[in-house]
Amino acid sequence: MNLKMKKITKILVGLLLLLNPTLFAQDAQMADIMRSEGKIYVVVGIILVIFFGLIAFLVYTDRKISKLEKRLK
Amino acid sequence: MCVVLLIYTIIGGLLFEVPRLNIVNETIRGLYFHVPMWFGMVVLFLGSMVYAIRYLRNPNFRDDAYSVEFANVGLVFGILGIITGMIWANYTWGSPWHGDPKQNGAAIALLVYLAYFILRGSVSSEEQRARLSAVYNIFAFVAMIPLIFIIPRMTSSMHPGNGGNPGFNMYDLDSKMRLVFYPAVTGWILLGVWITSLRIRMKLLEEKIIESEDEKNH
Repeated sequence: MNLKMKKITKILVGLLLLLNPTLFAQDAQMADIMRSEGKIYVVVGIILVIFFGLIAFLVYTDRKISKLEKRLK
Repeated sequence: MCVVLLIYTIIGGLLFEVPRLNIVNETIRGLYFHVPMWFGMVVLFLGSMVYAIRYLRNPNFRDDAYSVEFANVGLVFGILGIITGMIWANYTWGSPWHGDPKQNGAAIALLVYLAYFILRGSVSSEEQRARLSAVYNIFAFVAMIPLIFIIPRMTSSMHPGNGGNPGFNMYDLDSKMRLVFYPAVTGWILLGVWITSLRIRMKLLEEKIIESEDEKNH
């Protein structure tokens, strides 16, 4: 039992050591998504922020109007 | 008209050819979205000041409502402008807030207008509130112009278009960008004015409801 556990841990540690460098490489790439392909995703982010910002403001206005409508009744 | 211009902006802004510059890269397309936010904000604040002056010349509820709502939507545009600017700065300058004169100036201008709403909230008498905030509004607009347009040009700012950085001068080389930029600015400004007009209509309706409720109670 103990031997088996030791073997398994050894294999796991070995796997981790093998995976580590690749994991780091992937991490670096992840962080670069906004910087990749000429930073086009920054533009996408900017458009989304403006869109959701305006939508949020419109929803807020919509709620105010609903309150007014209730008061009319 | 506004919708057509904005559809053209989004499609053209994403697909048309743009000058290839280092560091800025494709984010130059932000010109069609981030910059019109500020143009829109200035136009809306200008409208707000015009109605503030009109109110002072001839006090009435209507001009006050116009003035508030112009400032309100202008502030929304300004906040969107500063958030998009921070996203952009994070990937070109390396951090969202660089203490750049242009960023600081814009932030102070927004705070000045935030104070406008705090002032309105803190005065309970309706007439006093309208008169005080109209006076403050003029002061706020006069303070905003140098903060955004003059101080960043006097000191060295990293913002595109300032201190020899690629900006409007570089775009002169590429008249294609102007083909999208001018409709983009007009489109976003029209959108701001449209939202403002909706809010003004709401405000005037609210006043009518309050009046009719008062009549019922008497």
